[in-house]
Amino acid sequence: MSQLILFNITNGLIVGAFYALMAIGLSLILNLSGVINFAHGGFLVIGGYLSYTLTPYLGFWGALIVAPFLTAIIGWLVERLLIRRVYGRDPLYSLLLTFGLAFIIEDGTRQIWGAQGLPVSVPAALSKPLRYEFFFITGYRLFMVAMVAVLIVLLFVLLRYTRSGIRVRAGTLDLETVSALGINVRALRSLNFSVGIFLAGFAGVLAAGQLGLDPNMGDGLLMPSFIAIIVGGVGSLTGTLLGGLLIGVAAGVTAVFFPSASDAIMYVMMAIVLLVRPRGLLGEEGMLS
Amino acid sequence: MIKGRTSRLLVLAAIWAALIAAPYWMPLFGGYTALGSRVLVLALGAMSVNFLLGFTGTLSFGHAAWFGLGAYGAGFCLKWFALSSPLGLLAGTLLGGIAGTLLGALLVRRRGVYFAMVTIAFGQVFYYIAFQWSSVTGGDDGLRGFSRQPLHLGFTTIDLLNNADAFYYFVLVCFAAAVGLMGFILRSPFGRTMIAIRENERRARFLGIPVELHIWIAFSLSCFFMAFAGALYAELNNFADPRVLHYALSGDFVIMAVMGGMRTFWGPLLGAIVFVVLQDYLSSVTVNWMSFIGILIVLIVLFFPRGILGLIRQRSAA
Repeated sequence: MSQLILFNITNGLIVGAFYALMAIGLSLILNLSGVINFAHGGFLVIGGYLSYTLTPYLGFWGALIVAPFLTAIIGWLVERLLIRRVYGRDPLYSLLLTFGLAFIIEDGTRQIWGAQGLPVSVPAALSKPLRYEFFFITGYRLFMVAMVAVLIVLLFVLLRYTRSGIRVRAGTLDLETVSALGINVRALRSLNFSVGIFLAGFAGVLAAGQLGLDPNMGDGLLMPSFIAIIVGGVGSLTGTLLGGLLIGVAAGVTAVFFPSASDAIMYVMMAIVLLVRPRGLLGEEGMLS
Repeated sequence: MIKGRTSRLLVLAAIWAALIAAPYWMPLFGGYTALGSRVLVLALGAMSVNFLLGFTGTLSFGHAAWFGLGAYGAGFCLKWFALSSPLGLLAGTLLGGIAGTLLGALLVRRRGVYFAMVTIAFGQVFYYIAFQWSSVTGGDDGLRGFSRQPLHLGFTTIDLLNNADAFYYFVLVCFAAAVGLMGFILRSPFGRTMIAIRENERRARFLGIPVELHIWIAFSLSCFFMAFAGALYAELNNFADPRVLHYALSGDFVIMAVMGGMRTFWGPLLGAIVFVVLQDYLSSVTVNWMSFIGILIVLIVLFFPRGILGLIRQRSAA
């Protein structure tokens, strides 16, 4: 029993770390630009499929690095051509725009790579269980968590110590003042959007190794990311990280006792948060509302 | 002023005449009666979304939840409790409306983008429930084994099941009742207050209007209308599956409202006609219809954010 619970908590943490990676990308874009990126799941799928196509040429490790960058470039183009035009308009329009984009991306992936799911193999060194008693902790899962941790630490360091990072954080609080200080807000938003999409692409590559590929795979991962943001609180990246881990673990623990309720538990958590602390665990009052 | 009034009456008469005569003129353009019923039902859904979006300025991106609950409610009623089409509608409307009202109390604590996000996420709860709880809902296969029943009016019985035209008129009567009620509410002092909140929430607050309460009531009313549309949808298809609860459908409703013109009363009907007919046509000619719909959405957002009616109004004002 205790091993089962341990298994599910570990599992929950792994899943939660993954949700957090998705959600932090979404949160970055939402905080600075006020755009809920419905197409985030779509970019995740693009990342996954790009790595699939690149693996024969670059190997697993090469694809792991290159695919997210390519995804980020696609994201940058999309921002320059489309998303940029709806900044400052009613949030309705950015929602609809990315909603339409998600349709196009899903159909496009199906057109290019086929509607059938594709299996993805990971290097043998990563797919073995580490120890017999803990059969569930495969190398790949540990690797996923490690990669997510590295990326998130890197992101927080960049936001804290680089000039652009500080500008992004300042822009989250007061974009007008940042603009008035002579900073190119348009370029800042483009960069910020691309970083968010980079994270989505990376999440896609990691997810492909664990779940395989499927044109709809982004769909099931988008909602938990939304919930992670709401639970953690809009405006706080640390909150989003915390929210992602929390709902992951909660889903994992629930799976021990009520397997069929493990999807629903995160909604219950969201309801409780909204009831008790509407701004979210670490959210700022009045942010985007 | 009188001229404006007569022209408005003329437009109204034209709309209703076109709807009443639809089974006769639609086949000329390659339409069929069931498509007409579908347009009406989805238009009612889009108008319910617009009731909230266009007149209170509150964007719910999860309204498919109430639509779907209405559909499942009607299905449960017809399958297990009562073999009656009107009772099915009532059951569906109550299920979706009450669920929406209860959750709405929680939702109205947030605004703007946040509200949209919370409504999407909460809407998905019901999708997962319908998906997982297959012993009751039929899971992914959907709820089957029920069908709409003949309508007994005392002096006569109308066969709604096999006579597509009769069912179209049944839907039209329901549509007219719901839309009439909607128009009545919007013209009442309550409806005017909704518009005041949309135009300037802060000023409305200073006037002593309890804004949260008004938004909650508007949200709940919109949920009841939505659930009514959903119940009709279940009776239209004799079937309900989890996709009627999915946020993709919520997005469809919002795009219908925006495409038609979201600050107008009749815009969503126009939007629904264009959207449903286009979707029906595209999915019959190409497997890539999703891309076309996606491109359409992007184009509307970028170039016609006021929608068809908004554009016409702007032209005639200029």
